[in-house]
Amino acid sequence: MDMVQTEKLVFEYEKRDEDGNVIGASRAIDEVDIDVKEGQFIAVLGHNGSGKSTLAKHLNAILVPTDGTVWVDGRNTKKPEELWNVRQAAGMVFQNPDNQIIGTVVEEDVGFGPENLGVPTDEIWKRVEDSLKAVGMLSYRHHSPNKLSGGQKQRVAIAGVVAMEPKCIVLDEPTAMLDPVGRKEVLKTVRKLREEKKVTVILITHYMEEVVDADKIYVMDHGKVVMEGTPREIFSEVEKLKEYRLDVPQVTILADELRKRGLDIPKGILRKEELVSEITKILQK
Amino acid sequence: MSIRLEHLNYIYSPKTAYEKHALKDICLEIPHGEFVGIIGHTGSGKSTLIQHFNGLIKATDGKLFYNEENIYGQGYNMRKLRNEIGLVFQYPEHQLFEIDVMADVCFGPKNQGLSREECEKRALEALKLVGLKEKYYHASPFELSGGQKRRAAIAGVLAMRPKVLVLDEPTAGLDPKGRDDILEQVAYLHKQTGMTVILVSHSMEDIARYAGRIIVMNHGEIMYNDEPKKVFAHYRELEQAGLAAPQVTYIMHELREQGIPADTDVTTVKEAADEIIRALEAGMPNALDDKMSKSRQMEKEK
Amino acid sequence: MIRDITIGQYYPAKSILHRLDPRVKLVSTLLYLISLFLFKSIAGYLAVTVFLVGIIRASKVPFRYIVKGLKPIVMLLMITVVFNLFLQKDGEVLLRIWKLSITTVGLRNAVYMAVRLIYLIIGSSLMTFTTTPNELTDGIEALLHPLNKVHVPVHEVAMMMSIALRFIPILLEETDKIMKAQQARGADFESGNMIQRAKSMIPILVPLFVSAFRRAYDLAMAMEARCYRGGEGRTKMKPLKYQTRDRAAYVTMVVYAAAVVAIGRFAPLQVWIF
Repeated sequence: MDMVQTEKLVFEYEKRDEDGNVIGASRAIDEVDIDVKEGQFIAVLGHNGSGKSTLAKHLNAILVPTDGTVWVDGRNTKKPEELWNVRQAAGMVFQNPDNQIIGTVVEEDVGFGPENLGVPTDEIWKRVEDSLKAVGMLSYRHHSPNKLSGGQKQRVAIAGVVAMEPKCIVLDEPTAMLDPVGRKEVLKTVRKLREEKKVTVILITHYMEEVVDADKIYVMDHGKVVMEGTPREIFSEVEKLKEYRLDVPQVTILADELRKRGLDIPKGILRKEELVSEITKILQK
Repeated sequence: MSIRLEHLNYIYSPKTAYEKHALKDICLEIPHGEFVGIIGHTGSGKSTLIQHFNGLIKATDGKLFYNEENIYGQGYNMRKLRNEIGLVFQYPEHQLFEIDVMADVCFGPKNQGLSREECEKRALEALKLVGLKEKYYHASPFELSGGQKRRAAIAGVLAMRPKVLVLDEPTAGLDPKGRDDILEQVAYLHKQTGMTVILVSHSMEDIARYAGRIIVMNHGEIMYNDEPKKVFAHYRELEQAGLAAPQVTYIMHELREQGIPADTDVTTVKEAADEIIRALEAGMPNALDDKMSKSRQMEKEK
Repeated sequence: MIRDITIGQYYPAKSILHRLDPRVKLVSTLLYLISLFLFKSIAGYLAVTVFLVGIIRASKVPFRYIVKGLKPIVMLLMITVVFNLFLQKDGEVLLRIWKLSITTVGLRNAVYMAVRLIYLIIGSSLMTFTTTPNELTDGIEALLHPLNKVHVPVHEVAMMMSIALRFIPILLEETDKIMKAQQARGADFESGNMIQRAKSMIPILVPLFVSAFRRAYDLAMAMEARCYRGGEGRTKMKPLKYQTRDRAAYVTMVVYAAAVVAIGRFAPLQVWIF
């Protein structure tokens, strides 16, 4: 079943002059079609300003299309009566860990979503406990979020979304403001959620290392989807990615460099183990 | 000409529940003209350390010499120190406040007491150095994109013509291209003006590419202070300190474990490629096919 | 420096005060504040002191931490003391400096006002130290609920307060950072006259406002994304329910208030001019 589907999605910002009159429109998203099946792990790549975050906000009905349609769990996000169902079905984690935690105690923040949904008190407690456990933050339940590290704050934010029991989680550059340790923590948590809760994940990022496990990658540039495929297919096109202001993992670049120098190494190497085994293969020939 | 730290200690909120020994017995010398990388996990003390360089934080004890002068000495001119050591904070775009980019970049020189013409001259020079396009000079800083804002903010420090430039994670939150652009610009500055550059970063890959020396901070102490190759040789210890060596370092070590006689002493992709080819040729000349030797032939002819 | 401000901050600990119903704490605080103005003798102050010390002990918040919260009001305190000390003409003159004189009534008023102010701050900060902003919000919301009938958006106001409290430490930290960044660009906040100093705050205030608005925008979006739509249809993770200890606290407060007023009015204790 389709979890998220967009059809010729267009979003335009109105440009206004100093008096507030509309003088034109600029297209942040330009006829985007994406298709996410239940349980998939989808990555959206793109440089800053490529339209990827604007796309993310459509999946949670924070923005609604200027043109075209977005379906989330079979619901049209343009219909006002579906708004809350859409937001409950597709939970959203944002970039800045400080600006999305509402509660002053970890467990109260996680309870915020279920409270809004009108979940009965006993059930809220259960969900809070379950979701904190799922992200490995249960022992911090009575802490103040201000004293946590960036990675821990993002895990709390993820727990806050998980407690709403969404079918799909959209993460909008959740690691952009974190250090390498925090980044690893968050990715590990997301992987665990996919395995244990079978939740659909849409990860928006510009870190290539984070998407090697994805089922499918969309690359965006100037509001359009310019590439689409498996990680291996996408990472085979090192030059093209660079054109879109993106980067590939160091191991992919090294493999590419070695191939250019004549070694028999296939395109789209993603992990260091693969490269090492390819090189040893050459030796054994 | 140098920055020299002798047995520097810093304790946050001493004698309270929040007391924290942020820097422990730091001894360090950074000679003029060097490109130094400082690396460490969050909370390792690296940000605290660099704020000592221009006297924004005063050490609990120990000495800090700038050009052989003790900055904690009586009557030391802290203003002059801050003019010479420019500090670019993390997310520096958050400090922009003026009505246009030009005026914002002029803020530093204006505080130095320079004339209006001189301020603008230096601001122009700085804006050119960071590669911000001319059409943005008179735009509001709040209308620029993330990468442009950051350039404008860095120009704000460069306009003071510092002799030492300290950058605290200048690439945080930027996309790969934006990250490379900023670092290239910094490397260019270093080459062009000969100023000392101290770059704080999380990314080993970035530091390996530009810095001549790496200082690794861990729990408020200097863990390593050496050239990149030697630091990355300790990749297992780095991991325990919440860091990682560049990916290529791991690849070389794994190749070696597989019995390929590759030197693990590499830090960049180019070095790694050279070394793998060399090792393969040396180890098994016959393993390389014709095409391979042909391409090498061609390279030699060039 | 700026980060030292502790007013309005929650101090996590496990004490009877932390466990009390926020409604009890709100009403008690109000009662306590009123009680401070209901007597005029040293006996009353002694009674309040005993009560306050008892409450501080019960709260398990370190005394030093509470005192630190008084720092920001030192200026206010000084002004109060100076005004009371020098502008009071009644009473016997104790000391004469140039054209100013200190009288017995002035000294007494100054000391009483200072103590009252300090006790007032300590009392109300004890409430915020022992109550999480969310509990506080719930408490205020529950107490003011009747106002809903006259179309006062009680839930929204309470939510706004709670968010403000959560962002105080974040914005303070940010102020600290911006100040340092501008200092690194040669800004000077310490010298110059009042106008120059006020002007030198612009490079701090503008970025701070920009950042506050950005955070507000982000937070509003995050709240909407988590299905926040005002108070209607909302359930509570921690609904308020009075326990035995809460009833006991109410009784204690009534007894306290009555005792303080009685002692303050009728106990014949007097020391010198006080």
